Amino acid sequence: MSKTLIRGAKVLGGEPQDVLIDGTTIAEVGTGLSAEGAEVVEAGGKVLLPGLVDLHTHLREPGREDSETVLTGTRAAASGGYTNVFAMANTFPVADTAGVVEQVWRLGQESGYCDVQPIGAVTVGLEGAKLAELGAMHESAAGVTVFSDDGKCVHDAVIMRRALEYVKAFDGVVAQHAQEPRLTEGAQMNEGVVSAELGLGGWPAVAEESIIARDVLLAEHVGSRVHICHLSTAGSVEIVRWAKSRGIDVTAEVTPHHLLLTDELVRSYDPVYKVNPPLRTERDVLALREALADGTIDIVATDHAPHPHEDKDCEWAAAAMGMVGLETALSVVQETMVDTGLLDWAGVAERMSFKPAKIGQATGHGRPVSAGEPANLTLVDTEYRGRVDPAGFASRSRNTPYEGRELPGRVTHTWLRGKATLVDGKLT
Amino acid sequence: MQRHLISAADLTRDDAVLILDTAEEMARVADRPIKKLPTLRGRTVVNLFFEDSTRTRISFEAAEKRLSADVINFTAKGSSVSKGESLKDTAQTLEAMGVDAVVIRHGASGAPYRLATSGWIDAHVINAGDGTHQHPTQALLDAFTMRRRLVGPDAGLGKDLDGRRVTLVGDILHSRVARSNVDLLHTLGAEVTLVAPPTLLPVGVETWPCEVSYDLDSTLTKSDAVMLLRVQRERMNAAFFPTEREYSRRYGLDGDRMAKMPDHAIVMHPGPMVRGMEITAEVADSGRCTVVEQVTNGVSVRMAVLYLLLGGAEPAVTHARPTEEK
Repeated sequence: MSKTLIRGAKVLGGEPQDVLIDGTTIAEVGTGLSAEGAEVVEAGGKVLLPGLVDLHTHLREPGREDSETVLTGTRAAASGGYTNVFAMANTFPVADTAGVVEQVWRLGQESGYCDVQPIGAVTVGLEGAKLAELGAMHESAAGVTVFSDDGKCVHDAVIMRRALEYVKAFDGVVAQHAQEPRLTEGAQMNEGVVSAELGLGGWPAVAEESIIARDVLLAEHVGSRVHICHLSTAGSVEIVRWAKSRGIDVTAEVTPHHLLLTDELVRSYDPVYKVNPPLRTERDVLALREALADGTIDIVATDHAPHPHEDKDCEWAAAAMGMVGLETALSVVQETMVDTGLLDWAGVAERMSFKPAKIGQATGHGRPVSAGEPANLTLVDTEYRGRVDPAGFASRSRNTPYEGRELPGRVTHTWLRGKATLVDGKLT
Repeated sequence: MQRHLISAADLTRDDAVLILDTAEEMARVADRPIKKLPTLRGRTVVNLFFEDSTRTRISFEAAEKRLSADVINFTAKGSSVSKGESLKDTAQTLEAMGVDAVVIRHGASGAPYRLATSGWIDAHVINAGDGTHQHPTQALLDAFTMRRRLVGPDAGLGKDLDGRRVTLVGDILHSRVARSNVDLLHTLGAEVTLVAPPTLLPVGVETWPCEVSYDLDSTLTKSDAVMLLRVQRERMNAAFFPTEREYSRRYGLDGDRMAKMPDHAIVMHPGPMVRGMEITAEVADSGRCTVVEQVTNGVSVRMAVLYLLLGGAEPAVTHARPTEEK
């Protein structure tokens, strides 16, 4: 088996150490390790993190291979430092049967760039009316434990209650896309000062907050755990904080773009800023950062949502919602959380690897960087600063809101079970 | 002046006054036996209408023809758009035919802005109404009508609407006319009050440069102009208000309410009116109602906009201008 010695890496941002990979596992962590028989990677003070885990990715296959495939999406993931991604269920056909989740899982295995854990739909066809065969998806080869109708809200209170209860039988979790549908009919952007001026239909914060409030109470009532996708408002933070203080088993995620961007950008009418939930206000952004720092929000998830060029090169109302995010997530987190002093790198590892793996029950991911653990690792040049150039993306789509923006940090190496998937910033 | 006219908010006071003054010159052309100027001869203007709006299209068309432009009318219905063609491809196709200006009406807020700023085409873009965003030439023709009536056609030259009190009543939430008017009237120094049921005011209206009231009667006595906005009947199905009759009772302008307005005050409406809803026939047909004048003025104002955007430095009208008082 091949050996790799990563020399002088700041493990989780600590003092420089050497990390020896032997085959698929970490053999040794220490100083002055022997390089004998090993390929040496000089880390030179770069930060070594556990391979990142994304609980919220859209890989688009099957159905929309024009925007992304499992292969291109996992290549994008490896470029961004991810070793495990959870693929959302809103494909065509919807991942609401054992057959579809097994297909996605198998494609992930074949890609070799990043483990793919399919998420199963909560309801048949994401229609919110009838439970999908959650047990069958769990028992399939894909071993689904996270269920979500993401893109749509499980809005019916009874269906949501039943789903929360039902998945307890196999310790599953429902990840809710919190969006009250009636309050968001025709919604185009955050409802507030900017939407009033631009004449775009408003997506009020209360449409998210009311569903989160309902769902944490439902989770408490039936003794289930619930995960909140892409939390985007200051009010949602308050509700989750309250729920956690009550001992309710709730976890929450925030996307990189909600940590950085605000609805002021919509003034350009450029659909690259059109996303669901929408970009909110500066006040929300600051509340989300604070909540991610203090643990109210557990994790960062990308909501990587690839779309073909023509779906964004149009008028706002006609454009698709979503942004690609796998290849810029860590940079945005460094910009908003690390360089601002809100989080250290150990805190980043917790929120982008350990905790998402725990919520999704990923095996072999989100493990400590120590001897005997699977060698899923990410090496980051945190001193780097550069402008985002979508032409260099591994993703099939280019719908990034960061084009031309200067961001810090660059993933130079990614290892998936000891195999390098990214070397010096280039996919293998 | 800028290259495009997308939003009333983009106009400075001097831009706006220049357009109104130019529109006065254009209005005089309408009094001539031959109502035509050679200003835009050889220039091509396309009226690109993705939404049905016969009156706005005809107004632009009349303005373009009086300036001797070549006019192409494009309506989305039955065109390649109904077969799924994108706005970008439609615009590029038209420009490839040598269009100098695009007058666009679109149901999506921001569509004219995208057309002007995305590098899709080089032509001048004039917004003829986009979604619930802006309708700048409507605001200009409204301001022109107010200045003529409240200051005077000649006395108004070079002047703005400083201190005039304008009340807009109706569906502010869904109204591009309201947004454009608030922006332009504020720029021209007028004091604007919006009156509507709270359901028909946008969240965020508190940051607009105007007052907001839920009570029509108390604002009528202190208004120099009252502009009624169309209220679509289907709004009541979405619970914006209970019934047509209740809306009329609380926010409609009838003869009794009109009597409370100062003697010089005018009643305006961008059309089309829903008689019996926001305005009674008695008011609509009274001498204080400027709705027909607004239509006439619309042609003059659109001529002025087209001339100023496309015509360059040449004088628009070659008769002696009346001496302006400095």
